Amino acid sequence: MADQRSVPLSRLRQMAKIGDAASSALQAALAPVRSLGFPYRKPTVPRGVTVPEPAPSLGAHFDTDWARGSLARAARRAFVAGPMRAAVQWLASPAVSGTDRLADLADLDPPPALIFAPNHHSHVDTPLVITAVPEPWRSKLVVAAAADYFFDTRLKGTLAALALNAIPIEREVTSRTSSDQLRRLLDDGWSVVIYPEGGRSPDGWGQDFKGGAAYLSSRTGAAVVPVFIDGTGSIFGKGMKRPRRGRTSVVFGAPLRSADDENTRRFNARIETSVTALGDEALSDWWTARRRAATGESPRLTGPDHQGWRRQWALAERRKLGRAGQRRRQKRRWPDLG
Amino acid sequence: MPRPGFVLDVDRSTPPTLFWRGENFSLERLPAGRSRVIYPPEPLPALKDIDGAIRTALLHPIDQDPLPAQLFPGMRLTIAFDDVSLPLPKMRRPDTRQRVIEAVLDMAAEAGVDDVHLIAALGLHRRMHDYELRHALGDRIFDAFHPRGMLYQHDAEDYDNLAVLGTTDHGEVLEINKRAAESDLIVYVNINSVPMDGGWKSITTGLASYRCLSAHHTGETLQNTRSLMGHREHSALHKSIWRLGTLLRDSGPKIFQIETTLNTDMFPEQFSFISSREWEWSARERATYLATTKALSKVPVKMARKIFHSIQGPHQMTSVQAGETSAVHERTLAKVYEQQLVHVEGQTDILTLGIPFVCPYNPDGVMNPILVMCMGLGYLFNMYRNKPLVREGGVIIMTHPTYRDFDPVHHPSYIDFFEQVLPDTTDPVVMGQKWEKAYAEDEWYRHLYRTGNAYHGVHPFYAWYWGAHGQQWAGKVIIVGGDPSTVRRLGFTPASTLDDAFEIASDVVGRTPTVTHLHVPALLVADVH
Repeated sequence: MADQRSVPLSRLRQMAKIGDAASSALQAALAPVRSLGFPYRKPTVPRGVTVPEPAPSLGAHFDTDWARGSLARAARRAFVAGPMRAAVQWLASPAVSGTDRLADLADLDPPPALIFAPNHHSHVDTPLVITAVPEPWRSKLVVAAAADYFFDTRLKGTLAALALNAIPIEREVTSRTSSDQLRRLLDDGWSVVIYPEGGRSPDGWGQDFKGGAAYLSSRTGAAVVPVFIDGTGSIFGKGMKRPRRGRTSVVFGAPLRSADDENTRRFNARIETSVTALGDEALSDWWTARRRAATGESPRLTGPDHQGWRRQWALAERRKLGRAGQRRRQKRRWPDLG
Repeated sequence: MPRPGFVLDVDRSTPPTLFWRGENFSLERLPAGRSRVIYPPEPLPALKDIDGAIRTALLHPIDQDPLPAQLFPGMRLTIAFDDVSLPLPKMRRPDTRQRVIEAVLDMAAEAGVDDVHLIAALGLHRRMHDYELRHALGDRIFDAFHPRGMLYQHDAEDYDNLAVLGTTDHGEVLEINKRAAESDLIVYVNINSVPMDGGWKSITTGLASYRCLSAHHTGETLQNTRSLMGHREHSALHKSIWRLGTLLRDSGPKIFQIETTLNTDMFPEQFSFISSREWEWSARERATYLATTKALSKVPVKMARKIFHSIQGPHQMTSVQAGETSAVHERTLAKVYEQQLVHVEGQTDILTLGIPFVCPYNPDGVMNPILVMCMGLGYLFNMYRNKPLVREGGVIIMTHPTYRDFDPVHHPSYIDFFEQVLPDTTDPVVMGQKWEKAYAEDEWYRHLYRTGNAYHGVHPFYAWYWGAHGQQWAGKVIIVGGDPSTVRRLGFTPASTLDDAFEIASDVVGRTPTVTHLHVPALLVADVH
């Protein structure tokens, strides 16, 4: 039996000869190319010379103009209306409200470009906002995405640009490239989604707003629409390995413009206050939220000042009030009393 | 710049004219050389910044302090608003009421006002369904106030919650909602679709009891209301209401009246043929008309009704003013006339009216035969200033299927009114004396009005009274395309076609009468000289 399974020695020799012959043939075929050298081959670098780094094409320099061409737009429109909407519906069951606050602007011809400024807890936020933003803005919407996260490889950048119409934004530094690109897009009638918090929440509570949206609005005159998203943190929050189905709500606020005597910092604070008030509206009701907002008592999105378990404890209490919490309460099991 | 309304003299080259026929339309050819069609003015441009205009009106009211100065912590604030009868068809969201009340509540929140009640000023109309309240006020207000019992609907039969504020020198009792009467401030939010609405009528009918309303909602009063949409001094109804209003001003709570006007952009773009002038119909509008009429003629009436009631009109706001009721209303009227008034020379022998699928008393319901009469003779006939479009003793021709169909939920007492009262008499005064009390005090109707979504038991009488002046004025009323026995029950004459109707009318107005057609929509008030 053992003899039958082993390969005869003569057969191995024969196979080795064939391999050598193939290798020789390949070397012979490549010989003319090797002899040609540069420029058909990569140049060698002289000693003592430092080669400058090639112009960056990743990160903030990733070119996304092609993603706003007619073909890419048509493909994206189909993707958003079909698979993305279905996936968002299945995963996040969003309840969208407050779009009536944009009704007046929608009636203008042409409708003005807007800056949507939502709070940010999860990767689910972007598809959620894209599908929740009402027409006519949805079909002409770009998303400011972290250059260092979404555009660090060509594949990720291409997918983000095609599917989300994402454009790269530097989170930590104010890049002229990013701001010029955003201004140009707003001038061309494209609306922008910017997360003023700069990134997803690390612990479920909100973060202080950075001034990007306010700055852009002051420079371009585009109104900022505060948006509050509730529930995505428990669906696919930062650090979660896989998404978990849940319920979410998206509340759009009234468009804001900076007043003549208002600097960017104050305007940014006003945007943050509006999102905070919308958060209160989503978790309580409009009238309670308005009264708290009038007295400056809206519950802060950034959570209580204390650290540690008490902060997480307070977060759990807050989440109970939202749509995700409602669902959990409904699933309570009652004891079997026989 | 929108074009003003105008009067078209019909000649042989005039295309057929659009007529409503309930849940459908028809194109009718009017006699050339002696007919005219009155077209409404085109919609006025909407306010550019509606929310800004509302805020300005609240901060700079007429003859009153700014609203924030009238709000203080610990006060009782009542916000009353017009019900589902306005506007028609229902308004695309956000509704005017939502915009205005949100602005008022924002100021109340800033002033620290906690005790706020929102009351739908129904009068004797049916209670609004929750979805209608939500549509009118928006999700934010509904979700905040309704679950806490701070948003509710006026009940004209809840005598524990009604308060008598006094009696006018004509013996009219002013009795209104107790919560409103005992408030530190009433804010009334009005939508003014026609000149008849608004002013003191808002509170003295919307928040009034049956006892209060019955003082002026009578056959005699409406017969003597010779200008429902025009000069108030010729309207017995408005004179009575203004007496009550004066009493309310002198002895009642403080009132902050907010009135809004809408343009006549009533139907969405898909139905543009309804309000376009026929000779200007584009190929698309012609195709839409053909497709719509053919389709509607094939589908059951219930489905056609459902389609029409699902329409939401653009209804853009053209003005908002706030402050002292009388002063505010004068400005409102000026704006309404700016939108709706059309100058017309002379009266006519025959007035033709296309009756639509809806009137103020059947939103989301059936246009029953009594409402056909109310819409034709009560509303459209009265859309004039100075004198009626049709001469006294002339003929009114309406087009409507006038089916014997009623909405048992919304109009239970209408069914009995049709079967019991109309066979006995169609005279408003006689039926008022003989039948009104029994219907008004019927416990079952009262129960349905208070707990269900039914109009008050007496409401069919009021709907009938609304047409009292037209009924008295016209020599003959003909309904084209209506169910013959139903039309006869109303005291009118049925006709199969418009030509038949002209033939029947010749008994009254001769062989060559002049004909005037009121082209609705949009709404218009004919200023007849």
